[in-house]
Amino acid sequence: MAISTRTQFETIIGIEVHAQLRTSSKMFCPCPTAPAEGQADEPNTRVCPVCMGMPGTLPVINRRAVELVMLTGLALNCRVEIDAVRFERKNYFYPDLPKGYQISQYALPLTSNGRLVVPVPAEGGEVTVGITRAHLEEDTARMQHAGRGYSVVDFNRAGVPLMEIVTEPDIRSPAQARAYGETLRELLRAIGASNADMEAGSMRIEGNVSLRPVGSTTFGTKVEVKNLNSFRSLERALEYEVARHAEALERGEPLVQETRGWDEENGRTIVQRSKEEANDYRYFPEPDLPPLRPSEAWVAELRAQVPELPAQRRLRYVNELGLSEYDAGVLTADAALAAYFDAVVEAGIAPKPAANWVTGEFSRLLNQRAADGLRADAVALGPGGLARLIGEIDAGRVSGTNAKTVLATAFETGEDPVAIVEREGLGQVSDGDAIGAEIEAVLAEFPSQVADYRSGKQQLFGFLVGQVMKRMAGRADARLVNQELRRRLDA
Amino acid sequence: MSVELTPDGTIADAVAALRAGDTSARELTDACLARIERDGARLNTFLAVDPDAARQAADEADAALARGEGADRPLLGIPYALKDIFVTRALDFDGRPLPGGFPTTAGSRILEGYRSPFPSSAEERLADAGAILLGKTNCDEFAMGSSNENSAYGPVRNPWDESTVPGGSSGGSSAAVAGGQAYFALGTDTGGSIRQPASLTGTVGLKPTYGRVSRWGMIAFASSLDQCGPFTRSVRDSAVVLGALAGHDPRDSTSVDTPVPDYVAGLTGDVRGLRLGVPREYFVPGMEPGVEAAVRAAIDVLRAEGAEIVDVSLPSTDRGLATYYIIAPAEASANLARFDGVRYGLSAGADELWENYTRTRGAGFGPEVKRRIMLGTYALSAGYYDAYYVKAQQVRTLIKDEFDEVLSSVDAILAPTSPTVAFKIGAKVDDPLAMYLNDACTLPVNIAGLPGISVPCGLSDGLPVGLQVIGRAFDEGTILRIADAYERVAGFGDLRPATARA
Repeated sequence: MAISTRTQFETIIGIEVHAQLRTSSKMFCPCPTAPAEGQADEPNTRVCPVCMGMPGTLPVINRRAVELVMLTGLALNCRVEIDAVRFERKNYFYPDLPKGYQISQYALPLTSNGRLVVPVPAEGGEVTVGITRAHLEEDTARMQHAGRGYSVVDFNRAGVPLMEIVTEPDIRSPAQARAYGETLRELLRAIGASNADMEAGSMRIEGNVSLRPVGSTTFGTKVEVKNLNSFRSLERALEYEVARHAEALERGEPLVQETRGWDEENGRTIVQRSKEEANDYRYFPEPDLPPLRPSEAWVAELRAQVPELPAQRRLRYVNELGLSEYDAGVLTADAALAAYFDAVVEAGIAPKPAANWVTGEFSRLLNQRAADGLRADAVALGPGGLARLIGEIDAGRVSGTNAKTVLATAFETGEDPVAIVEREGLGQVSDGDAIGAEIEAVLAEFPSQVADYRSGKQQLFGFLVGQVMKRMAGRADARLVNQELRRRLDA
Repeated sequence: MSVELTPDGTIADAVAALRAGDTSARELTDACLARIERDGARLNTFLAVDPDAARQAADEADAALARGEGADRPLLGIPYALKDIFVTRALDFDGRPLPGGFPTTAGSRILEGYRSPFPSSAEERLADAGAILLGKTNCDEFAMGSSNENSAYGPVRNPWDESTVPGGSSGGSSAAVAGGQAYFALGTDTGGSIRQPASLTGTVGLKPTYGRVSRWGMIAFASSLDQCGPFTRSVRDSAVVLGALAGHDPRDSTSVDTPVPDYVAGLTGDVRGLRLGVPREYFVPGMEPGVEAAVRAAIDVLRAEGAEIVDVSLPSTDRGLATYYIIAPAEASANLARFDGVRYGLSAGADELWENYTRTRGAGFGPEVKRRIMLGTYALSAGYYDAYYVKAQQVRTLIKDEFDEVLSSVDAILAPTSPTVAFKIGAKVDDPLAMYLNDACTLPVNIAGLPGISVPCGLSDGLPVGLQVIGRAFDEGTILRIADAYERVAGFGDLRPATARA
């Protein structure tokens, strides 16, 4: 009898991310990291003797790059090293490496031992991923195979600051791996450490995957997957590898520890390098850079700069403000929208109506302008204005329907919603006596309908409400009309 | 000045004569160029000389002197030479060759004809101080050697005896200063490459504290040990040049931002009350008796001058050589990786990348450089790293700690610079270990990052001997003061080789 064996294995995944840091100059020299505004990026124009590895040059550490890694480490709940952070030389020969070694970090990284809580919508729930380290290094040059038998090298990218973020083997499925990548991207953007754009190459991702029998505590043979150009390819490549490993293990075939590249077109991975060919990088401390000792004060200053991260914010919305998971998710997916919402609440509006308006009508208007790239923080109507409008609704001075009309205008003009209500005559009558008088008039005008209602035709209630509203040109407080009409009819 | 002007005097005398109008920068430069013309090719001291550029710089210096700029430019009008390990700017901003710019070879085929797009910090500072660059001096390839026989451009001869070596690796600089081809020269010292050749050529050689002088523009051999410093014909001159070189440079993260004292003002000639330690481990077996006698006599001179001489011990001294020959080659193996034939220098040409690497480096590097790259690569390799590199770093700490402890009870340490006088060219080329032992007394000082100076202390078998004075970190002032006081009373300050008397 055939037994599904796939469930016998547990998937173990670790992720390595390289993110280009958002600095204006390179890691060890003053060369710019990007061409000047409006300039084309001509090869080998953003270079100097230092990043070209000319004889006699020495590196000088970019302070901002160090800060951005520390900031990331703090956002990832890492320990920030303050005693002795060292740079090391990673030695190998390749034309994209001008000095014959890459200045990186090895034994004593800037930050280590953190964690990231990752929501996994595809599986429901969340996973906590341990962060082994986040360290600083320099990028290599870009090689281009120019034709038969030769390549050209562009050193513009050589020496650009890179951050490497390595996870523990805590990820249990390709979907979790993808969610980790997306959550990390969101975090790096929120703290301004990196543009984290996979297409533009400012974020590169690699996965390590192995399978082991459920219940086993030792790891299986690990395969590293590279050449992943999107989160989708990460997930697909890992799914492919999980299936390939499971099949091999079921058949009792040995797996080889190796590096494989993802072939997007054919949806498979191909061997790039086996462990036997692995380099001995001969790491040793970079003698040109004395150990770095970030002061406690510097770290504290950076810690204060870490903004509330999307995941924390989501938890706060659900646990403290009582929003639904859905609303919390919609709000935190857009940092500017979440900030707008926070400001509306700050202005004294209860979280639920605030969330209804911000994720509802306000977002609808915002989406209509999505093509212009309009963000919540650039809308003409500030959060204070929206709060005033919601306050008017709560006080019964404007109806929900009319409020939408007011918002549509204020959204574009930035005009005070209360002023629009007054000017357009969209205010709501909440005066019990005035409403009572109109109700009496309707009751007098439609005696047969009143009699029918009283004899059990409940559906006529709506007709009578409509008549009152009509007499009051839609400005009556519907709740009050309902209440007063029922009282009189049922009396 | 008369037509008999010879370039064998001191900077101090030359500066005085320039200020007094008794000579001109042009005359001093011409005198040096004449000596280079006469002896340079035979001694093989220079790899490049540019007489026209030097004369033009001399004329500009004379104009500046006439404007009275000498007061704040201590080397205005003084001709000097740079070891060819310092890059000199020879390309303009667009990468076109600058007229008159010197190539920089590091004594290697792999950099034959290489032209740097930027100058070294040392060259810039000396230019600010008014010195006139004559040319680039021969040296052991990438500063690896103790005899200057490892230069791809042939050995340098010692003006004291042209069948002997001038020491190394800064042999061209030491011979040029000893032979009156320049008023001073810069060398670099990774394990003794300034002090040992100074000792062998009867000149004053100073290795400052690691971090005292910027390494920007010095082609790196072992980055944690390399320092640059001057060869001069007097201790006072050494103080003058150090004053011009020293100071923080933001381009070198290992250069230290501490104030630079007035080294010349500190030369009081008085050593009374100073405690000077003599480490018994530095009088090694195999040391030539004539060398030991000269050094002991020099110690007696300082005792007679009022210094207190005490026996001290630096027990790990004999571990210095092994430590050095792991750390220095390890760093060198990485530092020399950039010479790969991709961007500059020799490129042997091959159809395949790896073939081009191996051919270029195989043809471009000499045997000693290859030996050290292999030693260093081995010491850093997986499985050997802990046993070699890590262990060497631990011994390095031990050696430093021993120096710190001794220097907490004495003001400076006195020792021989080299265990021998200049040896015959070819005598040790087949025995690397015997060659390495030449530096046994100097390399512990690099391992500890301390300043050391070699000052002539007499002759043995007609060849110069050097006394080494080792000081506390950033206390160059004290070792200069001791060496100067010794020089004043010992009477060896006027020692010159026969070439200078000819």
